[in-house]
Amino acid sequence: MFTRHDSLRPGYEAVIIGAGGHGLAAAYYLARDHGMRDVAVLEKGYLGGGNTGRNTTIIRSNYLTPEGVRFYDESLRLWQDLATDFDLNLFYSTRGHFTLAHTDAAMRTMRWRAEVNKHLGVRSEAVDAAFVKRMIPMIDLTCAGHAPIVGALFHEPGAIARHDAVAWGYGRGADRRGVQIHQQTEVTGIRVKAGRVVGVETTRGFVATPKVLCAVAGSTPRILDMLGLRTPIYVHPLQAMVSEPVKRWLDPIIVSGSLHVYVSQSARGELVMGASLDPYELHQTRSTLDFAESLSSHMLDMFPFLGEVKINRQWAGLADMSPDFAPIMGITAVEGFFLDAGWGTWGFKATPVCGKTMSHTLATGRNHPLIEGFSIDRFARYQLTGEKGAAAVGH
Amino acid sequence: MKLMVCPLNGPRAITEFAYGGAVRPMPDPDSCSDAEWSDYVFNRAGSPGIKREWWCHIASGYWFIAERDTARDIVVGTFPPGARDAPA
Repeated sequence: MFTRHDSLRPGYEAVIIGAGGHGLAAAYYLARDHGMRDVAVLEKGYLGGGNTGRNTTIIRSNYLTPEGVRFYDESLRLWQDLATDFDLNLFYSTRGHFTLAHTDAAMRTMRWRAEVNKHLGVRSEAVDAAFVKRMIPMIDLTCAGHAPIVGALFHEPGAIARHDAVAWGYGRGADRRGVQIHQQTEVTGIRVKAGRVVGVETTRGFVATPKVLCAVAGSTPRILDMLGLRTPIYVHPLQAMVSEPVKRWLDPIIVSGSLHVYVSQSARGELVMGASLDPYELHQTRSTLDFAESLSSHMLDMFPFLGEVKINRQWAGLADMSPDFAPIMGITAVEGFFLDAGWGTWGFKATPVCGKTMSHTLATGRNHPLIEGFSIDRFARYQLTGEKGAAAVGH
Repeated sequence: MKLMVCPLNGPRAITEFAYGGAVRPMPDPDSCSDAEWSDYVFNRAGSPGIKREWWCHIASGYWFIAERDTARDIVVGTFPPGARDAPA
């Protein structure tokens, strides 16, 4: 599927650190839309082995801030014809997405989100409990009596897709256009001269380049330390798990911020489930029993009939969190060093639009208009982009 | 990391504790620059390593200092808050 290159070239027009969805998408659009083909993607592990292959594959654009809604909606549009673009089945499946409200206060937020969404042309509606029951007949609306569902935000275009295929599609598309993907090649340093990037040190030697894109999720602070750049990014693990495959019974995607659950049923019949971040900083992808227990108990609140269903697998990814739940993207204080980070728990759905906007930013040296609200200097100006439409965030 | 030794209550399950963030010296708000203040408010040392942090034993409401290795997921040591300058 990919060309194997025996050695690195002495230099490239641009180097992308991280062969996950975001990095490979940027490489793909750089080659396809900007004619930049002399590009290397360096990956310390294997392609798509980080958060790209560890997320719960939900795609939606029902965010809260206009900056967020516009950005994710462009991503949703790009998703819909990616399979044709790649000639690869992404198993893109539009399911409809429910964000459940268990209190009047949560319902008020759902109405707020629905209005912001509709104003920007995104299909979202505040719906009542009867509508939820009609669409998800198996749900216990009382949630075992202690968190009754009063309504929901229903986002019709909500979808899931096969996450590995996204990395493979972008990787193959970039590879065919001449981009070199080097796996098992770790960046160990970034060389800067007079405030400009001149190259990167790797475990396979030095590579000269005037432009570096850092798209490494949970490893972002380690790369930024090489440049002495400070950011608000902190890393917590995010765990997820899947059940054994069962007969198809759940069509929509369901999220409950109050019960800390998000769940969808994959094409294979597994229930793909996630909850909230682990409660303390950690740079390790271990799994915990606490997580499996509390997530299962909340799943049973909504779907008591699942009591006999077994958990098949559990895993974790490293989420690079930002204080306002919005990403940190674009140009930085070091000329030629570009950042695509702070994607925390919400990066998968943004893969295409991140590739589009970061490739534009890399090619022109200026932030794409869609990412202006996400620049790194917003913190020094106290102009945060309060994106609380992020997954499993209570309001 | 399944247990933590509370300096007041001894070894307890990690679920009994709440994480309170890194111990960070606050610059004097009256004399520091805007840049120094926003750096203190927002920026964090996000790389893996041994971190000095505030933790709380929830049941007893007791706050103390813990040193953790965030790359290896182990607690290196815990100290009462007065011993904040205990050797790393």
